[in-house]
Amino acid sequence: MPKDYGIGASTKRREDIRFLSGLGNYTDDINVAGQSYAAFVRSTVAHGKIKKVATEAAKAMPGVLGVFTGEDFKDVGSNPAGWLIHSRDGSPMHEPKRPVLAYGKVRHVGDAYACVVAETLQQAKDAVQRIADESEIDELPAIVDMAQALANSANRVHDEMPGNQVFDWGWIEDNRAKTDEAFASAPHVTTLELVNNRLVPNAMEPRASIGEFNHGTGDWKLTTTSQNPHVTRILIAAFVLGIPENKLTVVAPDVGGGFGSKIYHYGEEATVLLAAKALRRPVKWVAERSESFMTDAHGRDHVTKIQLACDKQGNFIAFRTETMANVGAYLSNFAPVTPTFLHGTLMAGPYKVPNVYVNVKAVMTNTAPVDAYRGAGRPEATYSLERVIDKMCRELNLDPFEVRRKNFVTTDMFPYTTPVALVYDTGNYHATLDKAMELGDVAGFEKRRAESAKRGKLRGMGLSTWIEACGIAPSHLVGMLGSRVGLYDAATVRVNATGSISVMTGAHSHGQGHETVFAQIVADKLGIPDSSVEIVHGDTSKIPFGMGSYGSRSLAVCGSAMTRAVDKIIAKGKKIAAHMLEAAESDITFADGKFSVAGTDKAKTFGEIAFSAYVPHNYPLETLEPGLEETAFYDPANFTYPAGAYICEVEVDPDTGKVDICSFTCADDFGNVMNPMIVEGQVHGGVGQGIGQALLENTVYDENGQLLTGSYMDYAMPRADDVPFYTVDASCATPCTHNPLGVKGCGEAGAIGSPPAVVNAVIDALQRGGHKNVTHIDMPVSPARVWSAINA
Amino acid sequence: MHNFDFVKPSTIADAVKALTGDGAQALSGGQTLTPTMKQRLAAPTVLVSLTGIAEMKGVCMGDDGLSVGAATPHAVVAKEAAKQYPALAALAGGIGDPAVRNRGTIGGSLANNDPAACYPSAVLGSGATVVTNKRKIAADDYFQGMFSTALDEGEIITGVTFPVPEKAAYVKFNQPASRFALTGVFVAKFKGGVRVAVTGASNNGVFRWAEAEKALSANFAASALDGLTVSADDLIGDLHGTPAYRANLVKVLTKRAVEAAR
Repeated sequence: MPKDYGIGASTKRREDIRFLSGLGNYTDDINVAGQSYAAFVRSTVAHGKIKKVATEAAKAMPGVLGVFTGEDFKDVGSNPAGWLIHSRDGSPMHEPKRPVLAYGKVRHVGDAYACVVAETLQQAKDAVQRIADESEIDELPAIVDMAQALANSANRVHDEMPGNQVFDWGWIEDNRAKTDEAFASAPHVTTLELVNNRLVPNAMEPRASIGEFNHGTGDWKLTTTSQNPHVTRILIAAFVLGIPENKLTVVAPDVGGGFGSKIYHYGEEATVLLAAKALRRPVKWVAERSESFMTDAHGRDHVTKIQLACDKQGNFIAFRTETMANVGAYLSNFAPVTPTFLHGTLMAGPYKVPNVYVNVKAVMTNTAPVDAYRGAGRPEATYSLERVIDKMCRELNLDPFEVRRKNFVTTDMFPYTTPVALVYDTGNYHATLDKAMELGDVAGFEKRRAESAKRGKLRGMGLSTWIEACGIAPSHLVGMLGSRVGLYDAATVRVNATGSISVMTGAHSHGQGHETVFAQIVADKLGIPDSSVEIVHGDTSKIPFGMGSYGSRSLAVCGSAMTRAVDKIIAKGKKIAAHMLEAAESDITFADGKFSVAGTDKAKTFGEIAFSAYVPHNYPLETLEPGLEETAFYDPANFTYPAGAYICEVEVDPDTGKVDICSFTCADDFGNVMNPMIVEGQVHGGVGQGIGQALLENTVYDENGQLLTGSYMDYAMPRADDVPFYTVDASCATPCTHNPLGVKGCGEAGAIGSPPAVVNAVIDALQRGGHKNVTHIDMPVSPARVWSAINA
Repeated sequence: MHNFDFVKPSTIADAVKALTGDGAQALSGGQTLTPTMKQRLAAPTVLVSLTGIAEMKGVCMGDDGLSVGAATPHAVVAKEAAKQYPALAALAGGIGDPAVRNRGTIGGSLANNDPAACYPSAVLGSGATVVTNKRKIAADDYFQGMFSTALDEGEIITGVTFPVPEKAAYVKFNQPASRFALTGVFVAKFKGGVRVAVTGASNNGVFRWAEAEKALSANFAASALDGLTVSADDLIGDLHGTPAYRANLVKVLTKRAVEAAR
């Protein structure tokens, strides 16, 4: 029988009551006394030289409090990149300055070059219009296509760079010659050129920020839509504004989704702070949806050639890829790591392939910055692998299920070191494949296909067996790989005098359900009701220094920190109990919320111990401190490696090219599952985004760098009727070997594993339908693309 | 959005008068105009709402056919025309989402004449009459290209009269993002012949497919269209489909509409 409380229970999300009843407290819900409103003047051209920013008339307009331009903030620090990547030749990557507001040049449509602050938003927008109308920007040729950007080093996004290439990265460079040799002598080589389409993150809540400055104390405060308030604080304090961290508080209240786009520090945040100080008024800015489309860091955007070498039976010998990764007009904070260490290191998949070599060229273009988006590099790796394997199976007429099966790393091989430097600690890839085949009724496919055919529809089945590295990240490892930060996390467990508990965590929940799950874990460990535990997050003045939520790290890293802090609470509780029960500390045991003297019926409840800690009337103060509050910092020993098998079934309408997803089956290994309902929800959301990428979503710039998909009229988001009822299973669990909860990340899995399953299914349907010439269609596999492919 | 004045007259005469003012603009359901204003791409000084005029609302059967008041929201047409003209009701019930259907009106849709809107195909496909404050305009004369109509400056559509066919159906293929018609086909079979109107496909807006009308008038069956081809010339090419793809859709959807006609 399933548990109804604590670890493993499908406890309903306590935060949903406020989210679903309009009681959430989002940044735009917050109004500060004396608040003014900011609006930004944004470039309408992709690339241009700024000749004149006309501010005088705007400054005199009604309600306008101030106008700021890029020149005004020229001496403010650059928004830095969090990783340093080295090129194959050993040279460090190029890091052009990313100013708070553009000066000299504008570099993408939407690039902000001035800001107006006014008494009302409408007044600010009126002045923005005036500035836009009267300013002079000489349009320069736009750099949009990556191949052209690399070929033409004279036309540059950043004049101070020698060209548009940020780096040319090889992973692992020592594998290169050996991999090339393996290809040269391989019995079979399959080659596939593909595009991993650019996506707009589309968080439900647009970015928003409120800047405040207290002239009395010299304290700054930023309320902002962030997934990681401490990271934002250190970026702003140490790099951009150059102020002591203890003078800046960053609050990320309720945040309505991020998917990566709210990891990063953006210029608007620094602007509202600087403007607040200059104007002696709080300054609020809330992005409009069109600003989100133009300026939130986009995701994916790779052009890849992948090759697979194998024998005639489909045993893998080598993978080799060449990728161009678009990073847009400025290097966003984690843009260097996303196409490299979050991508190249996954290019062995769950397979025992001896040779892998990955080459990635990062390219600057006059488009919005590109950075991590749900999955971040790992969906790109998985898509390339699972598509080329599928193509190979067709070329050699091999069964795609059997080919995966014979190439899987087997359970006796863990810990398993891949040729691309990861060490998989545990897993059981055969088990998840078997489970998916059972739940997806692979055996019954032919019958369903025949039934579809009677209705004139082409039915196909697609498989993806994926693995990813998450729970970001072991600091010692990422430090060696170029990270400029550590990626531990922290938690403070504060037991209050009456036994209720406040847990302060570095994780940030922007929809994931932390407030519920973390409470389940802490309560379970302490043998108390979930309702006694409150999770506090999102305010740097309240929480310990932690790195926030992304990379499916909250449970694996922050949850581990919390578990360690609870362990310290129990250890301290034993000391207190030993004193109260007049027993030796070593004789105290803790179970079911009670501290007992082993072998006796003497015991104190957790509540009694807590009360005593704060009413220490007779404590031996030399050996026992009052209070019951502990902090733990946890740095993971390794990534966690969730893996799974996804099977997608589609029907294609050959007359229109429309693809309908009939079923989608997920068998995942997330290790131990803390709340099955929330995990299932994470998989639903991730697969929904993956289906969106596979069938619908696409970010298109024209040759002039104009964003053609700047609204929902042309950017196709998946809707409820675009996705099926999912079948989700997490029963094939191999607990993580190196964290105290035995958990692996689940937040990105669905978005990583699903796109190739969908595309493989479409190609399967077309092949079975007799369209043997169709071996690949780039995402999104839209009706028009499918129809064009079969009528080519 | 810029500031504007708002008036809501209760008679057609008052509305016409209000529209003679400088910078005045008629507002019906506002499904196109309001977003345009919010993006500051339109800045009328006076908005003249047409939704407070009782005689411009509702659906009723008359001697000439089914009359629909211009200010009738799609959701009302979907409900109230369901018995008399099911194909028209189904079309109205498939526009946008519930919020759009409860605000957007047939008059607003026809006055705007978006090349991907659904209603123009029903009006042209039914051979309906567009009634204004000044005159009656036959559907064949009303639509004059993308976003272009026979309406004069300040002229208000007050209603539309639809002859009710023996059988009809509208089949739309959604543009994946907006869910406007990437292409939509309205087929109506009358005693005297068949009309086929296509929306979403042409650079010139809604149009009649004459060859299909001829073939279907002789034999109202999907197979009657087998030998026909649609020229891709002057069809729309955009992110969501090439002219050739739309040409294919015109034929596929016409066949499906014939099969679905009730």
